[in-house]
Order: sequence, then C-alpha cells, then structure tokens
Amino acid sequence: MLRALLSDNLPRSRWLAAVLIVIVLALALAPFLFPGAKSLNVAVKICVFIVLAASYDLLLGYTGIVSFAHTMFFGIGGYGVAIALARLAPDWGAVALGTGAGVLVAVVLAALIGLFSLRVRTIFFAMITLAVASAFAILASQLSGLTGGEDGLNYRVPEALRPAFRLVEGDVLGVAVNGRIMTYYLVFLVSLALVLAMMRVVSSPFGSVLMAIRENAFRAEAIGYRTVVYRTVASCIAAAAAAVAGALLALWLRHTGPDTTLSFDLMIDILLMVVIGGMGTMYGAVLGATLLILAQNYLQDAMAAASQAASGVPLVANLLHPDRWLLWLGLLFILCVYFFPTGIVGRLRAARGRG
Amino acid sequence: MAEALLSLRGVETHIGRYHILHGVELDVPQGGLTMLLGRNGAGKTTTLRTIMGLWRASAGAVRFEGRDITRLATADVARLGIAYVPESMAIFADLTVQENLVLAARSGPPRAERLDRIFARFPALRRFWTLPAGLLSGGQKQMLAVARAIIEPRRLLLIDEPTKGLAPAIIANMIDAFRELKDGDTTLLVVEQNFAFARRLGDTVTVMDDGRTVHHDTMDAFAADQALQQRLLGLSMDTHQ
Amino acid sequence: MMPATETTSPPLRPSGAPPHAARGEEGPPPVRARRDIVPLLLVPALMLAALPLVGSPASWVTLSVAGLAMGLMIFVMASGLTLTFGLMDVLNFGHGAFIAVGAFVAASVMLAMGPWMGSDSLWLNLAAVAPAILAAMVLSGLLGWGFERVIVKPVYGQHLKQILVTMGGLIVAEQLLKVVWGPDQITLTRPPALRGAFIIGDVAIEKYRVLAVAVGLVVFVVMQLALGRTRIGLLVRAGVENSEMVEALGYRIGRVFVGVFVVGSALAGLGGALWALYQETVTAAIGAQVMVLIFIVIIIGGLGSVGGCFVGALLVGLVANYIGFLAPKVALGSNILLMALVLLWRPQGLYPVARR
Repeated sequence: MLRALLSDNLPRSRWLAAVLIVIVLALALAPFLFPGAKSLNVAVKICVFIVLAASYDLLLGYTGIVSFAHTMFFGIGGYGVAIALARLAPDWGAVALGTGAGVLVAVVLAALIGLFSLRVRTIFFAMITLAVASAFAILASQLSGLTGGEDGLNYRVPEALRPAFRLVEGDVLGVAVNGRIMTYYLVFLVSLALVLAMMRVVSSPFGSVLMAIRENAFRAEAIGYRTVVYRTVASCIAAAAAAVAGALLALWLRHTGPDTTLSFDLMIDILLMVVIGGMGTMYGAVLGATLLILAQNYLQDAMAAASQAASGVPLVANLLHPDRWLLWLGLLFILCVYFFPTGIVGRLRAARGRG
Repeated sequence: MAEALLSLRGVETHIGRYHILHGVELDVPQGGLTMLLGRNGAGKTTTLRTIMGLWRASAGAVRFEGRDITRLATADVARLGIAYVPESMAIFADLTVQENLVLAARSGPPRAERLDRIFARFPALRRFWTLPAGLLSGGQKQMLAVARAIIEPRRLLLIDEPTKGLAPAIIANMIDAFRELKDGDTTLLVVEQNFAFARRLGDTVTVMDDGRTVHHDTMDAFAADQALQQRLLGLSMDTHQ
Repeated sequence: MMPATETTSPPLRPSGAPPHAARGEEGPPPVRARRDIVPLLLVPALMLAALPLVGSPASWVTLSVAGLAMGLMIFVMASGLTLTFGLMDVLNFGHGAFIAVGAFVAASVMLAMGPWMGSDSLWLNLAAVAPAILAAMVLSGLLGWGFERVIVKPVYGQHLKQILVTMGGLIVAEQLLKVVWGPDQITLTRPPALRGAFIIGDVAIEKYRVLAVAVGLVVFVVMQLALGRTRIGLLVRAGVENSEMVEALGYRIGRVFVGVFVVGSALAGLGGALWALYQETVTAAIGAQVMVLIFIVIIIGGLGSVGGCFVGALLVGLVANYIGFLAPKVALGSNILLMALVLLWRPQGLYPVARR
C-alpha cells in the first residue's frame, strides 16, 4: 500500500524515512500540535513550497534543465484564483475557474517557452526563462487594472474557508475547527496529492526517459526520443503543479501580489531548497522546503539576536543582520553544488550505505 | 634504422566510460615517415590525440626525444615541436588564410622563404591569402592545414588522413609535399586509409586493430606480403592501386 | 579585409612584394568574402520604421539617441559575457555582480569627490568622473579574476553546475554589496557638465547620452581593433571557433580565457558606472536588473559573437525607447517579443558562431 503510494520510490535510508514521517505527521496535525496564527502560516508555506520545490526538482533534478520562471507559473496560478474571486462571486465555481485558467495559461506558456528555447541548447532555456519571468513580473505590476499592480489583490474566499465558518460546534482537541483550519487541510491534502502524483511521474517510463536524456541527450536522441518534446512536457507538468501551488497560497492568504508570488527572491528560495535538500530525489524537495521555511521564520530571529550581540563590531554586525541571511544561504548553496551535489538526502542515503 | 624520435609504451586511453586504447606500442624513427594503418575504429585517431595530450593516457608512457610527455598539457606538447593536423583539419573558418598562418607561426611573423616554399607547393593559399578560410574548397583547406603545421620548422608532424576526400591531383601534390618534408629534417607519423598513398610514402608501418598495435614492419616488406595485408587490413594494397 | 602589412606583428614578408601582388599570375581574383550585413541593416530599418509611428521628428531624434545610448551601455556590459561564453563555453550568471560593483565603486568615488563633482568646471567634473570609472573597472576586473578562479574554474564544461554556481555567486556578491555599502540605495547626481541637453532647433539631446554613445562606440571600435588586428585578438577569435586546435598550435588557451574574463568584468564595471550615472541611483539589485536585458541581447546576437552583441544591444535599446514612448506598459515585454522574432528567423541568433 505504502509502496504503491510512493510509486516504489522508497526513502532508502532509515534516518530519511524517520525525518519524512515526522514532517508528514507534523504537517497533518499542525493545527492541533502547533495552534496559533504564525505557526499555521508557517505550516501552509511549508506545504506550498514542498509542491513548488518538488515540481522544480522535476526540472532541475530529473530533466537537468534550469528554469528561472517557476515563480512565474506560481504567480499565474495565484493571480488566476485571485482575479476570479475578486471579479466573480467568492464561491467554489470561481475558485475552480481561476485555478483551471491559471493552470491552462501556465501550461501553454511553458510549452511555448520550451519549444522555443529547448530546441537549440538547454542553456538558452535558463536565459530565456529568466528574461520572460522578469518581463512577466513587470507586466503584472503594470497592468494594475487587472492585477492590482504593486498592491496586489485582496478578495473574499468561499464561505467554508472563512474564519467565521465552523465545521462543528465546540472545540476538537481544544481547537475550534473554523474556516482557516478547513483551508489548511485543503492546502495540505492537495499538496500531498500533488507530491505523490509527481513521484508517480518520475517513477513512470516517462520519468526514466527524462533521466536518460539528462544523462546523455545525444544518445537519447539517437535512440529515437524527441528530447525537445520530453523536456517541454516535463516543463509543462512542473508549470501546472506550480500554478496549483499558487492557487493554494492565494486561497490561504486571501491576498495575491507581486511579493507573495512573482518575486525573484522566491525563485532563489526554491533553487536553494532543491539543491540543499538534494536534486533528483523528490524527498530532497520535502526536506529542503521544510528546513528553509523553518529557518526563514525562526532562524532569522536568532540572527537578529546575534547581530545585536555583535553590534559593537561594525562589519560583523552587518554580516549577521537577519536581512543578510541570504548571504549565508548563498555560500551554503555554492558549497552544496561543489561538494554535496546530492544534498541532504544524498548524505543520508550514503550514511546508510556505510552503516 | 635510426633511433625512435617518438615512442609509445603500453598506452591505454579511456574516453568517458569507453576503453579505447589497450596498450599501444609504437616507435617513430627519427627522420622517417611512419604510416599508422588499420581498419575504421582501430584507435588510430585516438593514438594521435593521446600523443598531443588531447586525450589523457590512463596508463603507459609517451616519450619524445627520450623525455616523458605523457602528462604534458597540449600546448606544451606542441611547443616541443610537434604539430598536429586533425582529420577535420580544424582550420579557423572565420579567420583569413593569412591569419590562420600567422597564428600557427608561434615565434613571430612567418619567414619569407618559408612562405615562398609553401606558396610554391600550394599556390591557392597565395591566391586566397585574404579570404576567410571557411570559403576555401576541401582540398585548399587541407593545404592550409598542412601549411599551418609546417609554417615553422617542426620536429614531428602528426597527420590524420590527409588524403580523405581529395582529388588525385591534390593527393599527388600532398605526396610531393611530404617527400620534401622528409628530405628536410622532419619526422612524420601519418594515419591513412588510402593504401596506395601509404605505400608510396611510408618507410615503416604500424598496423592497429581494436585499440592495439598488432604489427610493425618496413613498408617494403609489408607491401610485398599480400597475405599479411589481407589478414590485417582486410584487403590487399594492390586492389587499391 | 586586411592587407598583409597591417597586422600588429611586423610585416609578413620584409622583402619582396606582399603575397597578393602575385594574384594576377595565379588566376582570377578571389570572390570577395560576402559579409552577412542583413542583421546590421535591421538597426537603420528599425529606426526608419519608428519614424512614422512616433510622428514628431524631434521626439524621434531624442528617442533614437536615447535608444542608441542605452544600447551601447548594454553592449559595454554584455560584450565580456558573450566572449567568455564563446571562448570557454562558460555562461556566467554572476556577471551582474561586476556591473553592480562597478556602479557602487564609481558612486563612492564620485561622492567622495563631491566638490569637484559639483563644480561648474567641465575639467574638474571630468577629473572626478574619470578616476571613478577607472576605479570601477579595476575593482570589477579584480573581482572577475577572483570569481573565475574560485567560482567558475572548478565547473568548466558542466553547464548545469555553472548556472547554479554562478547564480550562487551572484546572490553572495549582492549580499556582500549590501554588507559593505548598506542596504539602501545610493543617490548620485550627475556633475553639471553632464546635466541638461543640447538644443538644436526643437530637438533636445541629453548631454549624458551623447557621452554614453561616445564611450560605447570607443569600446566597440577598440574591441574590434583588438580582436581584428592583434595577436591576442587572433587567439581569442580562433579560440571561440576551436579552442582545442589553438592548444594544439601551442597556446595555453586557459590564460587567454582568464584575460578575457578579467577584461569582460572590467567592462561590466565600466558599464555599471555609466548606468549608475544614467539612472542617478545605485542599488544592489542593479546587476540582476540589467542582466535580463543583457541575456536578451546576447541571445539575439548569437552566443559568443561580439558583432551580434553590438547589433542586438542597439536593437534592444531602440525598441525599449520607441515602445516605451508608444506603449509604456509593455516596454520590457517588447524586448521579449523582439527576441522571439529574431529566434524565429535565426534560431541561433543573428550571428551564429561557427563551431567545430
């Protein structure tokens, strides 16, 4: 049963399995284990970024192509739901329409970019996605009539997802099951389904072809696989998953703007999550996203304290300033690419191999 | 026979996961022309590239004038006086004929008498002096590739299939050019598929098969033994006259 | 076509006539090399096409000059990147860091020279700007050298790792800039001599744009001369085509590459300094912002081609300014469209580089 659910892609390390079980259980019970607005917000972000990072891993780890447009697809999904809810009635029909339209636009755009740039060299893909994504971000902030510009959009969500909604009278395990918790479980379950679906994709024959192309594109082409088509389809699948993740976050935040969906900082976060977690493993995305979001929300407080403590020493205080945490992550990222290209998951699995 | 200018002992070369050379033994005598023969895929080109340091030998030794050059960088191998004419010719298509030759003359501007000799041998190079080399015909490109290797005196030339796809008149021209070089003080190691050409030029022969050197001989003895040719190369030289 | 005697090396044939004097006896004169000038013609064609759309000739001149100035600044920043790619197949996503460092260093030096910058004397203004630009180039070049040694060298030939590692380098460099110069943007005022515009009839041309055009053209011409007429240039051009054969001719291409990397970084620093004076503000994100345009330019031009980079930069600068005037909301999108059109026409860019 579990084996089928994971598509035969088992953790292959006792420690990794333990960590994964803890993460899934903690997320499944988050509203009851960690009550409070901030911790629930962190849990939602972890769910959404696990989907984002896993779909990005499909490109980076399994297909061997670097995209800088993943947040664009994330944003398209978010804006799809946001615009539908803001323009139409705040009901499930609008949610479905917005999500569907977002996914459609994302897939079409991904197909266009792929067919355009993967035809020549994969390095084109990295450059062109970067250019297109930044043009899209600027476009989104310019077309303020549709997107709300820099301020973004605020909107109402379907009634069952509003804070005032109660599923049952009274508390369950001491927690009131309101619309927020309903939204959380919507996010959690859809995310879980998406990750399992992507694990199925990478374990399928299609996934094997992707990896064959990654290892040796010339050979795969010689055997008769149209590498452009395979890579483009992978890029479309990743885009669709990212768009759904964007729709989920839009439902949770009840606000969609450039900062929450399109900013390049988010793109860098995703890149860090996948590389530090471990490329080409799917589980790496789960670990990377969880670690990075936790660090972002809690480690920065520690850095602030350290910076305070070092306030006498000018440069050191600056280096430890919480806003500079990307500096340390960037260094970690470079070291990972050089020395631990398989990331945390690779380390854990190697430790098992020795033990 | 003069002592070997270049010698390979037990050279093994891997390209990626593929094991191409399995212990190549080769001696190139000083002042002579050695022909490296063998079927397609026998490892002849890989041998030349390993000598140049373009592929790395994983075992064995390459010695030039008694010195171990196995680990030398390609540029340093070239600086010992070894010139390489690859099968693709690798002329710089966007550079003019002149620029190709200026670049090949490492120690300064090409000498006039040297140029004159090259022009006498390959007049087309003079005619198309200022033209981008990419516009030359196949034969003219081969002339340029050879000219680039001899624009300055070199100790040893490594030439990969110089007659491939060339018209008979140009092949005759190449034969004369290589004879002239041999009569000078240049040693040549030539990979060849055209046996008629090989026979007319070669002093000694080494035959390769499946990544190994399988036979060493003088050209005269080898050319006389048709059964041997048949066995090693799969066809007799005379059938290709 | 260069005559034999114009290479920087001494004349090929000190005695006797140059080789091509003998052409007559050898046969018919060669066909002239057909230079591919169609892409070059796109620039004037675009300018002409924009004239009726813009309407007023005065606005058209202003926009055209602005477009050329922007294009040439981008060219200065992009040229080093396209050369390193052509030479060693290295695409440096961290190139933007050199641009940003150039901008910050230039801004600091100019701010430190406040009185000269504020002076009404053209010469004092220049005496402040020149060392600022020089310092920007030197520091960017040094950073480029370190970047090549530490970040790029270990990942030669591995595109995926190159993209990741150089992107990581950009992140770290951007953060370090914030550590050193603080997180806030620096405001810079152009010196009086470079403010205002030349007025000719009803046409206004900003002085600074004229300077940017001049600097850009000088860089382009010097680069063309260096590539076309010097031995190092010969090595670089040959290396772009086939670096292995350059090695086999006895040249250590790695050293040439480091040199090109450093020069390219210094030019990025120069471009960053020019851009900072143009925008009159400097932020740590400046590099990342400009990189988008630079990527579009070198894709349009054909990866590795300096001539293509030049044409691509002019097209991008002009399109950005014309569209910025005609339909400001879609200005950057228009460059993506331009790139898509060029790639539909020539999938490898305007001037594809011949490869082995």
